[in-house]
Order: sequence, then C-alpha cells, then structure tokens
Amino acid sequence: MEQPVLADHPGGLTPRRRSSWGKRLAPYLLSLPAGLWLLLLFVIPLFMMLSMSLKTCSPASGACTMTWSWGELPHVVNQYRAQFVTSLEFAAVATLIDLVISYPIAYWIAFYGGRKKNFFLIMLLVPFFVSFVIRTLVWQFILSDNGFFIGFLQNHHLVSQNFHVLGTGFAVIAGLAYNYLPFTALPLYVALERIDRRVLDAAYDLYANRRNAFLRVIVPLSIPGVFAAFLLTFIPAFGDYVNQEILGGTANTMIGTVIQDLFLATSDYAGGASLSIVLLLISLVGIWFYARVLGSRSIEEYL
Amino acid sequence: MSLSASEIAAKRMKKRHFGRMVLPTYSWLVIAYLVFPIAVMIVYSFNKVHAGLQMVSFAWNGATLQWYHQWSNLPGLTASFWLSIKLGIVSTLIATVLGTLLAIALVRYRPPQFRGKTIVEQVLFTNIAAPEIVMGASLLGVFVTYNIARGFLTLVLAHVMFSVAYVTVTVRARLAGFDRALEEAAYDLGAKPMSTFRLVTLPLIMPGVLAGALMAFALSIDDFVTSNFVSGTNAPFPVYIYGATRVGTPPQVFVFGTAIFVVGIGLAIASLFLTKKD
Repeated sequence: MEQPVLADHPGGLTPRRRSSWGKRLAPYLLSLPAGLWLLLLFVIPLFMMLSMSLKTCSPASGACTMTWSWGELPHVVNQYRAQFVTSLEFAAVATLIDLVISYPIAYWIAFYGGRKKNFFLIMLLVPFFVSFVIRTLVWQFILSDNGFFIGFLQNHHLVSQNFHVLGTGFAVIAGLAYNYLPFTALPLYVALERIDRRVLDAAYDLYANRRNAFLRVIVPLSIPGVFAAFLLTFIPAFGDYVNQEILGGTANTMIGTVIQDLFLATSDYAGGASLSIVLLLISLVGIWFYARVLGSRSIEEYL
Repeated sequence: MSLSASEIAAKRMKKRHFGRMVLPTYSWLVIAYLVFPIAVMIVYSFNKVHAGLQMVSFAWNGATLQWYHQWSNLPGLTASFWLSIKLGIVSTLIATVLGTLLAIALVRYRPPQFRGKTIVEQVLFTNIAAPEIVMGASLLGVFVTYNIARGFLTLVLAHVMFSVAYVTVTVRARLAGFDRALEEAAYDLGAKPMSTFRLVTLPLIMPGVLAGALMAFALSIDDFVTSNFVSGTNAPFPVYIYGATRVGTPPQVFVFGTAIFVVGIGLAIASLFLTKKD
C-alpha cells in the first residue's frame, strides 16, 4: 500500500500540511454534517415539543394556540398519574430482576470466561438477533392461555384452570425483563472485566477471604457499571409500550402507550407533548445525575 | 496471624469449586432462558397449520417446509421486509460516513481549535440515552408542523438521527489507540491529506468503521418505536408485523424471524473469526 504513495510523489515537494485555513476549519467541517443532522432532527424537534407542550389544543378542531403556560402540564400528568406509576413500577421491577439475573453471569464471564469470553458475550446478545417485535410476539405465544407454560402448570394442577398470565402485569414485567436483559448484562460485564486483577491479588495477599474480596473489592469497583446498567435498562423500559400492548392487553397501561395513542390515534399533540416532556425530564434527571457523578463520557464506555 | 499453606490451598479450591460448578450451571441456565424463545420461534416455523386461518398454533401438527416454500406468500410482509433492508442500507451508509467524520473531529481536536466540542458530546450522550418514544414523537411533531409527507425520506432522516451517535461512539473508541506517527510518516513521504486519509487513516480505522456500520444496520432493521411514528402507508418490517399480528401470527413471520436470526448470528460468528486473525 505504501509503494504508490512514494511513486506518486517522488520529489517530496508537496506541502506537508493543509493550509492554515483548512486546518483551522477542519474540526468544524468534519463535525458539520452529523452536527447539522442532529441539530435539525434531534435538538430542534425536542425544543419544538417543549413549545408544543406550552400550547393548548382544542380536541374538536385539533387547532392549537400558544398559551405560554404549563397549565396543561399538571392537569395532564394528574390525568395519567396511574399510568406513570404503573410504568415506574414495571420498569423498576424489571430492571431490578435484570440486575440480579445479570450480575452473576457477567461476573462469571469476566472472571472465568477464559478464551470463550466472546462466545459467551454473543450468547448474551442472542435476543438482539431476533426483531424486538418478533421476540415479544414469541413470548405472547409462549405465555398464551393454551401455550405450554400455562398448559404445563395446569396439567400438574399447580394453578387453577382459569389462571392467566397474558394480560397481567406479570407478563409485561417478564417481557421487559427478557427484552432488556442484554442492556443490563453488557455494562456489568464491561465494568467487571475492567477490574485490575492485581487489586484482587493484593486483597488475597492481605488475607481477605473470598467473600470479603468480592464484597469489598469487586462490588465497589463495579458500581459505575451497575449505575450504567440501571440507566440503560430503566430508561427504555420506562418508555416502552410494545411489551405492554402485546403482553399486557388492555389492562396495566403504561405511559408509552398513552403517548403513542395521543399522537397517533387522537392527534392530541399538546397532551402527548406534555407527557413526553415529563418522560424526558425524568430520564434526563437520571442521565445528568450519572454524568455529574461519573462523567458524561463514561457511559459511552459501556455501550 | 497467618494462614497455613494448606488453608490457602483449601480456600483456593473452594473458590475454584464456586467458579467451576455453581456459576457455570447458573450461567448456562440464563443462556438457556435467553435462547428459549428463539428456539420456540425456529421450531414453530416448521409446524404444520390445519385448515382455517393460517396462524401459528401451539398444537404440534407435524413438521413441514411449507412456510419456507411459501415465504413470500404474504405480499405486505415481503414488501415491508425489503423496505426495511433498503432503509437499513441507505441509513447505515449515511450514518457511517457522518458518524466517522464526527468521531475523527472529536478525537483529534480539543476546545481551543474545536469550540463547542463539549456541547456536541452532550448532544450525543443525550441522543443515546433519551427514551426513543420521545424522539419519535418529537420528529412526528416536526413532520406534521412542516407538512412533510411521511414515507421513505422521513424514515431515513429518523434512522440516521438515532444511529449516528452510536457510530460516532464506536469509531471513536477504536480511534483512541490510533498512532498518528503513521500519518506523519505519510506526510513526510509526500502524501497529500486526501491520499493519506485514503491509504493510511481509513485502512487503520476500518475495523471500527465496520463495527459502527453493523451497529447502525442492526439498530435500523430492528427499530419499531421511532419508525411507528414516522412511517407512512408503507411500513417497515417491525411496524408491519406489529400491526398485522393483532389477530394472530402468520407462520411466515417466524420464517423471516428465523432467517434474520441465522444471517445475524452467522455474521457475528464470522466477525469473531476475522478479529481473531488480526
């Protein structure tokens, strides 16, 4: 590959550096296309949504007028308080389940995975190779009233004949926990993998037993990973509505379902925008708290 | 107070026992749990369906390849699949180019030369962490406000928007260990900036760029939430499936799911072997 370069410039008299103008503009030119794309399609839409939440819309005509007040906001939040609470509960329970399930396996892969580490990581990511919607549909299929999970329990008289899973909060939490498990396991793995083994050796040299070495060395050093795992699981689970719609039926409505309906079914953009802003603020508080404590770049290391 | 050598050995054994027995068993159970629904999907894509509605059912009616022969029998499903592939390719190409350029800017330049770097980083961070439903809904608001018809264009705009940050982060991680002396060497040998980039920089960062592109493609092909907000009458694959399966799942959905799984896992294993060679 180097040969043609030499052949093209035998004299070596070409300028070694870009002109000072080009050099000065380089960082801006390089970041302009992506920056513009994100400005126009991410930042500005969010601010427009903020301004939309300041409007009041008439449900009949759909016409919105700027009222410059968040008078709608407490009203809308109050109206859908139950759905907010359900989302909070489901997302929190699913995230905790994921943390409990993932920590041991992440620990095992990081410390005992040996040469098979990559294989086990692919196994952790395996759900991502099937579409999100399809794997939720498969869970609907498995948990349905004539599916083998319920059938098995009923055949062994473990549950009554009119026992259901589908359409309950349990099914939604199970779906959320399954779908977001890799989001929890991977950051935990990255954090545990990064722990310097010499620190652990030092703990053993100082007569720490296995339990103390784990509780006082490994766990504290993995805390940033636990926070990252929590955020990366909780935030998408909180706004999720696919699991709720496919597995939860008409009951246990989550806030994502309400937002989706307000935008796509009833075209109540002001109401939908207000709820979205609240959802965004809840997420941003978590994100900013994390960024303040651990630095904004650190979460990227877990992706 | 010190432990005798035999006590230490006993402790080490206990540690090994935990590491060799309890944790592996547990870990394989978790893996089984993760694989289980996928196995169900693959097995039931071979299930016969009795007369009536052609929907997957739990009763095992015997194995058949019927659904693999008739994979394209549902025109809407097939069209949505090809739309998703096309959308994935177009948005991946754009997101990879834009994301790579931004990653180079972020790695090479610091605030005196690159004002606003912190803002760019915060926008990327927020973009990755913000709930998808909020991004989808706000985009819909923009498209409705400016009367932009929803269709392929709006899908591309949205997909590049949510994948470009992932590409940037992935490429930047690979660029961090980049030896700039190699570029200096190219300049010293008289290479112009463009040929240096093409012949030295790009080949070196290519693994990162490819990883970012794969990430963008995976995000695009699997996206439901944002696509549901910004797609018009022609829905991409996940949106179509979501709408079409309210009354039951046609077996072809499982066939497509199986095909996507096999191709995806094949690519992942191939990339594993390729990186091992390096």
